[in-house]
Amino acid sequence: MSAQNGNAAGGDGKRAVSTRTEVRRHAVLSQIKPWLYLLPALIFLGIFMVYPLFDVLIYSVEEGYNSASQTYFGIGGYNYAYVLRDPFFLQALKNTFILVIITVPVSTGIALLISLGLHSIGRLKELFQTIFFLPYVTNTLAVGLVFMILFKKTPYSDGFMNLLITAVGGTAVDFIDGPYWAKMFVMCFYTVWVVLPFKILILTSALASVDENLYKAARVDGTSSFRIFTRITLPMISPMIFYLIITGFIGAFKAYSDEVAIFGTDLNAAGMNTIVGYVYDMLYGDSGGYPSYAAAAALILFAIVLTITCINLLISRKNVHYT
Amino acid sequence: MKIVLEHLTKRYPNLNRKIRTDVIAVNDFTFEIPDGKLIGLLGPSGCGKSTTLNMICGLEAPTSGRIWFGEEDVTDLPAERRGVGMVFQSYALYPHLTVRQNIMFPLENLKGADRLTKQEMEARVLEAAKMVQIDQLMDRKPSEMSGGQQQRVAIARALVKMPRVLLLDEPLSNLDARLRLQTREEIRRIQRETGITTIFVTHDQEEAMSISDMIVVMEAGVLNQIGKPQEVYDDPVNLFVAKFLGTPPISVFEGKVKGGRLYLGQDCVMDVPGLPDRTVTVGVRPEGFDPDPQGTMTCGLRAVEVMGRDTSIVAEHPACPVPIRAIISTEDLPEEGAATVRFRLKPAKVHLFDPGTGERIRL
Repeated sequence: MSAQNGNAAGGDGKRAVSTRTEVRRHAVLSQIKPWLYLLPALIFLGIFMVYPLFDVLIYSVEEGYNSASQTYFGIGGYNYAYVLRDPFFLQALKNTFILVIITVPVSTGIALLISLGLHSIGRLKELFQTIFFLPYVTNTLAVGLVFMILFKKTPYSDGFMNLLITAVGGTAVDFIDGPYWAKMFVMCFYTVWVVLPFKILILTSALASVDENLYKAARVDGTSSFRIFTRITLPMISPMIFYLIITGFIGAFKAYSDEVAIFGTDLNAAGMNTIVGYVYDMLYGDSGGYPSYAAAAALILFAIVLTITCINLLISRKNVHYT
Repeated sequence: MKIVLEHLTKRYPNLNRKIRTDVIAVNDFTFEIPDGKLIGLLGPSGCGKSTTLNMICGLEAPTSGRIWFGEEDVTDLPAERRGVGMVFQSYALYPHLTVRQNIMFPLENLKGADRLTKQEMEARVLEAAKMVQIDQLMDRKPSEMSGGQQQRVAIARALVKMPRVLLLDEPLSNLDARLRLQTREEIRRIQRETGITTIFVTHDQEEAMSISDMIVVMEAGVLNQIGKPQEVYDDPVNLFVAKFLGTPPISVFEGKVKGGRLYLGQDCVMDVPGLPDRTVTVGVRPEGFDPDPQGTMTCGLRAVEVMGRDTSIVAEHPACPVPIRAIISTEDLPEEGAATVRFRLKPAKVHLFDPGTGERIRL
């Protein structure tokens, strides 16, 4: 037995060693392999996500940074203090919060109502689906133009909305250059209208994926339609609703381009700036050239979105049913 | 609760719009189900079994005809006012609710005078759960249970509101073979204990025969035969029923009646006094073949399949295009290496049918 062993070890010693290195090489390779596959994505994420993120962090704490000379006085929280005291930022913060708080629930609610309607009608379903989805494929500027026609006062007309208002006996309001609430109304209206198609699309498919037999079973058991909706339909599509709420919050917090489309580029003058708009202005606007303030504002936005998303996740744990 | 169906008919508009004629899913059903019985609604896929069940349940409205529960005409009653419990093929358990919540769901729908207190509900739920023996699993979600357990929850949910009629749509088709045997006994037991008139739909004749008090055989929307399983098996009204019931299936031959005698090919197998000369389709049950060296029917032996308790012989005969199957007792096993086997036919197990219509020719 031992002789045989010794023999084998003696005779095949070289091969055994080479096999061992091969095995080791193989193990190393199989460890590297997944990273190799991930590498392209990691490089891109690193350059365009991770590095800028750290850069923003650094910018935001460099006090008195001068972009021309690339110098700064010191490190500290001054930029944050400045931004949080800047009335333009506070206005942008207020605008953004109003926009988020109004448009996310309203658009999700309306989308749910429309999807329920779409789900229950038999005829012309495809036609209505197409109609509701059209805004999604329509150019933002074209949509902006339409809203101009609807709301803007010109020397020639008061806009379609004002025609309606005066027709029912009200007084015309300037929705684009007029009072704050009117402008906010247009902004919310526009945002809801723009995000609606995607939400309808998601919710209609969510509704269609609910097992028809559950409804049959509920009907046989004499469940009222309200109870069917609250106890079966809503829980069954809750993951999708939750998804829409989270992405809705994030999207609304990042609102900017829609505001430009309606109120023009000088949002501060219109009093309709948003946080992202403020960041942009600090970088490139008339008051531009302040990357440190922009960075601080961006990080404040980041903190807000993170907090809201965490709260959402906490709430969802109890109310969202994944099956 | 006695259930009576009167000329029940269901037509659907044809999906292919070029064809103007409707699809008739259920055609002029008339039968009566006695109180407290277990009925198997049996037929191949697409024959209208589930449509019939849905009409009894109230999920679909019949095109014409009436449905009676006892003395009450329920045809125009909505599903929830008929007092039926339904178990769906896919069970249709609410996936986000626990077993307890699932079973309680129908009770929470009750309104007005029927409304139960929380304690009464809990008691009823527990009672139903005990009946199907899932009271240990009350706080599980359906996804955490096996198919058989989900099935039990579905039955408990149907039973908890104490329905007048219990309907089961292919209740066993999603279970594996062993569980299926066990569950069908279970359904039988529960039905006996509760005494609720129960209709269950199946395409598996063995399932229907084994537990039903009565079976209803359907084909293409038409009621073929209704009766006790053994009666229907022994005395089928037509070739379809004869072929549909029984494993191994009945062997079907082309036969001739000549001078009061039945011929299968060259073999004169039986006397059929009083029958005029004609061609007939002959069905012979597997247990109708009696191995006998002096037998009148000679078949080529293909294979012998020993299945423990009894033995199945696969043989061929010129009058039958497919191999015939005979079940014999082990003592009658043909000799090893025999090329042919001779049978005597048991007259009670031989049925004659019209080759054109498939209707039974009675002797």
